[in-house]
Formats: sequence, structure tokens, C-alpha cells
Amino acid sequence: MNKWNDNKAWFMVIPVFLVVAVSAILPLMTVVNYSLQDIFSPTQRIFVGTEWYRDALTDPRLQEAFGRQMLFSGLVLLIEIPLGILIALMMPKKGWGASLSLVLVALPLLIPWNVIGTIWIIFTRPDIGLFGAAINHLGLVFDHTASPLDAWITVMLMEVWHWTPLVVLLAYAGLQAIPEAYFHAAKIDGASSWATFRYIQLPKLRGVLTIAILLRFMDSFLIYAEPFVLTGGGPGNATTFLSIYLVKIAVGQFDLGPAAAFSIIYFLIILLISWLFYQVLLKAGTGEKS
Amino acid sequence: MIMQKRTLGLIFYFILLLLPIYWMLNMSLRTNADIMRVFTFYPQNLTLENYIKIFSDPTWYSGYLNSIYYVSMNVVISLVTALPAAYAFSRYNFLGDKHLFFWLLTNRMAPPAVFLLPFFQLYSTFGLIDTHFAVALSHCLFNVPLAVWVLEGFMSGVPREIDEMAYIDGYSFPRFFLTIFMPLIRTGIGVTAFFCFMFSWVELLLARTLTTTEAKPIAAIMTRTVSATGLDWGLLAAAGILTIVPGALVIWFVRNHLAKGFAMGRV
Amino acid sequence: MARIELKNLAHAYQPNPKDAADYALKPIDHVWQDGLAYALLGPSGCGKTTLLNIISGLLKPSQGQILFDGTDVTTRAPQERNIAQVFQFPVIYDTMSVYNNLAFPLRNRKVAETNIRSRVEEIAEMLDLSADLEKRAANLSADAKQKISLGRGLVRSDVAAILFDEPLTVIDPHLKLLLRRKLKQIHARFKLTMVYVTHDQLEALTFADRVVVMNDGQVLQIGTPQELFETPRHTFVGFFIGSPGMNFLACRVSRGKALVGSAQIALAADYGALEGDFELGIRPEFLKLHATQTLGSLPVKICENENLGSCKIITVQLADQQLKVRLGEEETPPTTAGFLEFPAAWIRLYAKGLLVEPEPRKQPTQEVPP
Repeated sequence: MNKWNDNKAWFMVIPVFLVVAVSAILPLMTVVNYSLQDIFSPTQRIFVGTEWYRDALTDPRLQEAFGRQMLFSGLVLLIEIPLGILIALMMPKKGWGASLSLVLVALPLLIPWNVIGTIWIIFTRPDIGLFGAAINHLGLVFDHTASPLDAWITVMLMEVWHWTPLVVLLAYAGLQAIPEAYFHAAKIDGASSWATFRYIQLPKLRGVLTIAILLRFMDSFLIYAEPFVLTGGGPGNATTFLSIYLVKIAVGQFDLGPAAAFSIIYFLIILLISWLFYQVLLKAGTGEKS
Repeated sequence: MIMQKRTLGLIFYFILLLLPIYWMLNMSLRTNADIMRVFTFYPQNLTLENYIKIFSDPTWYSGYLNSIYYVSMNVVISLVTALPAAYAFSRYNFLGDKHLFFWLLTNRMAPPAVFLLPFFQLYSTFGLIDTHFAVALSHCLFNVPLAVWVLEGFMSGVPREIDEMAYIDGYSFPRFFLTIFMPLIRTGIGVTAFFCFMFSWVELLLARTLTTTEAKPIAAIMTRTVSATGLDWGLLAAAGILTIVPGALVIWFVRNHLAKGFAMGRV
Repeated sequence: MARIELKNLAHAYQPNPKDAADYALKPIDHVWQDGLAYALLGPSGCGKTTLLNIISGLLKPSQGQILFDGTDVTTRAPQERNIAQVFQFPVIYDTMSVYNNLAFPLRNRKVAETNIRSRVEEIAEMLDLSADLEKRAANLSADAKQKISLGRGLVRSDVAAILFDEPLTVIDPHLKLLLRRKLKQIHARFKLTMVYVTHDQLEALTFADRVVVMNDGQVLQIGTPQELFETPRHTFVGFFIGSPGMNFLACRVSRGKALVGSAQIALAADYGALEGDFELGIRPEFLKLHATQTLGSLPVKICENENLGSCKIITVQLADQQLKVRLGEEETPPTTAGFLEFPAAWIRLYAKGLLVEPEPRKQPTQEVPP
């Protein structure tokens, strides 16, 4: 869509800019400042330049955590986006069924993140948890505190359970916005339900899916509370994702410098990957630069 | 047949979705000792002790009130500022628009652990620590960008001819925006309001860092269930069940806006 | 190509309609001939889109049958009916090229790719889309998009009827005319049955062989544009069609004369001695306004003179009722008072909104209620 050219539109953006900038700019500058110093106490600081950055980039445990994090976020997107679309497609479009589905689907999103981890601890315990007991009943040995694979499966299950509803809600709202005439035309053209999905629903969902993919990527990349409460990053370091490792550094070393440098690198990685996603999604489906 | 398969699939998903929540409900109706001792599908010695404790202890229920207070404040600030901004992004080209749009989203990307300290310092400087406003404002950092992005998506779906027609008909901008444009994107506003509510409601780190007693949120108070004897699972589960209720009410109120599509088509 | 029969067809959106007001479409019985262009004309909410959706199969009627060439298709899905439909807003497949858009209905029907190519190229040629075939459909203008929607119907050689649901709504005014002409050409070439929903009488009258005027869920009249203009069967039709619409004067009738207040207007035929209230209808185009009295003309007061460029609309007052008179631009009407002539051949009489036929000879004037 072509837009009007008018720099006065800035006036409509100023409130947003102020509200966000208040909390965004100063803390970011402070953290950058920390990351360049060795801080012994608030009054005793030494400027160390990029030393912490070099340390962080050569830290093998950080690289491992990064690899784990990429795998985790990749799996999250691969599972949650298609699953979320599928469920949104299955949900009724109107009537009490639609209302009920919406309320049910939103429930996991409303539980504070630390509580989610706690609930899943019990839920997966073989002695007193439904999930753990059910798996044991099937004769499978399952213990997320001992087996790295089981820990991954548990964390992924929890993550998919918790966050797929976000994709569902976005996709559902996007599907509702498609005018009926498109479906009528597809029927008349003899399109199969797959063709209707592929050529009408999916292209029309591009906007909301862009938001869903970016949100799920960023939030899963920053995930902390749920896996930390559930597994504490273990067994070993099997579920030590980037933010869990970051907190270990920040708390363990009583030195903000390296943790700050780590945070900035972390931030830049998310920024870079999100930007790539955004560029790809912006052009996907339009095929050409319009 | 297809209808039935769909419904079955959906019911299957909802059962899986509700199991952990059911387990939490199950736990909330039992004593801590009972939870740790026996596996049971439903509470055999049903007790409301955990809920009574929450409702009779002012620190517990004030936690709920605090959360509701700052979350509502945040939803209002987010929507009021994001609506005109999203309109500007969806309708106008202006200096730096694309960079600004993406910059907004970058505010959701900072790993919180290290950023908490400068946040605390910043808000202390303004003397805002332990106020609801501080939490509401800090949550704007991640909610306002989200609101702008979601709303922009929905607004771009409304053909620009509608704006042009209204201006030609002599509508002022505020009147057009309130009486014509907002009803057209009410699905988007419903989704946005719910997301802002949700993210602000479950956020723990900032809310805990910026409050001490007066504005302490429910999610932070829940950590008190850890005592010398270990975690009080029953109490935590009851609190967890109660945290779902306000959000479920919110989605119940916005459901009609979600369930109805646009009056106009996306062209 | 198909003849469309509507047999006792009606539709109500709620499950158990009790009275007439519950019906979005009141019972209709009609046969639409093969190869003609029909326009469904009426104000919004009159049931024309409901009727169209029943014909296309998007809506199942709550009663009655619909037959294409004698075959009952009432329960058939849209894709089994061989119809095509063009919607109010252009519906195109955004991610596809124009070529793929046009080929889509054929591919879904498993037509061989070589046949698809020749057919798509032929249709594109006719719709002036040949140059755009490789472009993405999403980037074209609204009128080109509407042509694509139409083309998706035309590529199918078996198409029985093409339905249009106010297809020109989003088209720029100066392109409307071109697109309308294109539709006429296509109709002339393919001899397809076409059904065209609109609330714009000009569109309906220029496009259609037969116009179906609807109001409030009811079909009021089906006829050629000329019939609708000269002999509206219902006051609504008279008023809705024409600009300005037909004049109606409350009157009483006595044999060959209509009495408007104290004035007498001669009628073309003997209506017998009718009791009750009537309305006399006459088109503004047929009234004659004179500066001096002529035979049979009545004195009127001139209230308003509106100059529309190509014509003049004069509002006059007779007794206490107002009428509009349409004069050519070269005619100069009197300024304050004049004499109005009612040519008897163009006068129609209505009772309770319905046309009253002149009394046929040799029949009793009126049935006596028992």
C-alpha cells in the first residue's frame, strides 16, 4: 500500500517514543558503560576497554550455551508456529464454541512464569505427578533430573504447552480478518482445503505470523524462569541456556563488567537474528520489493 | 466428517492443555503433606485451607490488588500511546519511520538480568521506587512496542480509501479515528489489550525489582511460599489458580472482538 | 449456459420463520431464460444478495428449489454448479501471478496444462490482460483485479452463469464505464446467462436485458428496462427507477376520470366505478407544462426550477400535492404559474401500491363481498 508522505506523523509517534525511551536508553548506556570497566566497588573502577568482550567471545561454555540456545529457539519455532496455525484453523469461528476455545487457549499464558516451572516440577514427578506417573506406567524410564534428553523433552513440552497459545491467538485473529468472499471464491474455483490454506489463508496471515515468529524467537531466546525453576540448567549443563548462564556469571562473580559485556553481545545476537527474520518475512510472499 | 475430525483434534488439544492446569487445581485443594505423600487423580481429603489463607492474609490479597492496579494502568498507557503511533506507521512515510519501527521492537530484546540494576538506579533517581506507576511505566518498555506492531498489522489491513472518504466527508481526525477507524480494527485492539495485560501480569523480574512493599505484585509474593520447611506446593498452586482468574475474565470480555472479523474486507 | 428456474424459493436466516417479516427473501417463482443478462436491483437490505448467494450455492434456501436447465441443484455445492461469481471487493490470490490466478480454477479441475495455456491466453486477450500475465496480481489496480476475478469464471468453458455482486463498487468512476462496456461485450460474445446485483439503477438499466426489482425481500417486478419505465407494476418500482422517480398523486377514480382534489384528469380507459383511495402515477418525462391553457390542462403553481444542465426539473403544485416535471434544456418553463397537461396514455393507476389494470369489457364492475 502506498502511504502519504508527511513528517508531521512524527507527532503521533512522540508519546510512544517518550514512554519507551525513558526506560530504554539510560539503562542501555549504563550497561554499555559497565561492560567496558572492571568494577570493584561503586567508587573503584578501571577502564578495561574490550577485554570483557574478548573474554566472553572466547568462553567455550558461552559458545556451548549459544549452540543450545539456537537449537532450542529453532525447535520452538518449528513446532509452535505450525501447531499454532493448525489449532487456530480448528477453532470454531463463532458461537459459544469460539468463546470457550479462546478462554481455554489463553489459560497457560496467564500463569506467572515462576509458577509454571513449579507446576511442571510436580507434574513430571513419577511419584506424585500425572505426567511422570503416566510415562512410568507405560514402562518407560523417564527422569528429567538425570537424563539430558529427558530434561530437553520436558523443557520443550513445557515451552510448547505454555507458548503455543500465543501463536494460536495471533493466527486466530488473523484468520478472522479474512473476508468471507475469499472463501466463497475459492469454493467456486473448486479449490481443495489445502489450496485454500496455501493460497488464501497463509498469505493473509503473513502479517500476524511475522509478529508471532519474531515474538516467539525473542522470548524463547531470552527464556529464563521456567527452565531454571524446572531443571536449574541441568543435568550437568544440558539445559543451561544463554540467560541461565548469564545469571550464573552475574551472580557467581560479583563483577558486573563481564556480565554486562555478555548482555550486550546477547542483545546484539538477538537484534541481528530478529532483523534477518524481519527482512526475510517482509519480502516473503510479496516476492518483489514493491 | 471433516468437521468432526477438527472438533476431535481440538478437544484432544484442550485436554492436553488443561492437564497441567487441572493438576494445579488438584494440588490447590489439598494440604502440602497430602500432595507430597500420595498420588491421586482428584483430592480425596478436599480442603479449602490454601484459598482461605490467601483471602485472609492481607499481604496475599494486596498482591493481587497491586498487580491488577499496575497492569490496568499499563494496558491503558500502552493502548493510548500505541494507537496513534500505529496509525502513523501504517499510513505515513516519515523521516526514520522504518528504523524507528524496528527500534521499538529491539526493546524487547535486552536480557533482563544485568539491566535490572540500572533500572533500579534510574527509577530511584526519579523517586518512583515502590509505586504502581513505576511498574506500569517500566512494562511499557516491552508492551508498547508489541502494541504498536500488532495494531499496525491490523490497521494496514484496512484500505486507505476509508480514511480518504471520511476526510472528504468532513470528519476531523479524532472523530474519524474514534467513530470509524477504531470499530474497524476492534479485533486488533482486543488482541493487543489482552497481550499487554498478559505480559504485564506475568512479568516478574522488573516488578519485583522496582517494588518493596507498597506495590509488590502477586508473582513476587508467591516466592514467599518457600519457607524453612521447603515449598508449600498447595498454597502456591492455589495462588497460581487465582492468578489465572483475572486474565480469564479479560479474555472473556474481549472474546467478541476476537471472534468477529472485520466489517470491511482486507483488500 | 443455463436456464435458471426458481421454484417457490424463499429464505429466512432464523430457523423457524413465523411471519413474512422473518423472511430475508419472500417466496419467488420464476424462470430466467438462458443467455440473458439479469440485473437484481434494489436498495441495500432488500434481499438481492441473499438471492444471489442462493443461486451460487453459498446459501441453502430454507424452502423451494432451484433448477439449472431442468436439473435440481438446490443441494449442490458452488463448485458443482458450474457458476462463476465476481464479488464486491476484488478477490484474487495475492501470491500468484495473473496467469496462475486465471489458471487456478482449471488446475483444480485437473485440466491438462496445454489446454490451460491456450484457454488462459484467450481469456486474457479478451480482457486486455495479456501484457500483465506474468505480473503479480496483488500489484495491479482495482479494475484489473476485478477483470481477473471475472476471468477466473470465464476460463471455464462449462460455466453456466456468471454472477456479479456489485462488482463496480471500488472502481474509479471513469473506469466504471469501460468495465461495464467490457461486460456487455463478453455477454454478447459468450451468450452467457448473467446475474448482476446492484443498487444503482443506471448500471442495471444499461447492463441488463431484464431487470428484477426487489424491495424488502420481495420481487416486485421483472421486466425489460422499458417495461419498468413505462409500466411499473408497483409504486416502489415507479419511484425507485427514473430520476426523478414517478409522480404519485392521491386521487379518487370515477369511470374514465381521476379526481385530484377538485381537478379532473382524463384517463385513457374506463376503470369502472371504483371505491376507495387511489394513486395516479405519471413519469416527470411525460408531463407537459404550458404557459397558456390548452385543452384538458390544469392550472398549477410553480415552486422550484432546478437546472441540471442536460435537463430542467420543475416542481409544481396541483391542489395541495407536488409533482416534478422534466423538461429538455432548450425549453423555458413559465416562472410562477402554468398549465399542466397529463397525456392519458402515460397515466397509471395504483391501489395500495399495486398497478390497477383498466377494466376489461363485459365483466361485472366489482365483486360484491359476501
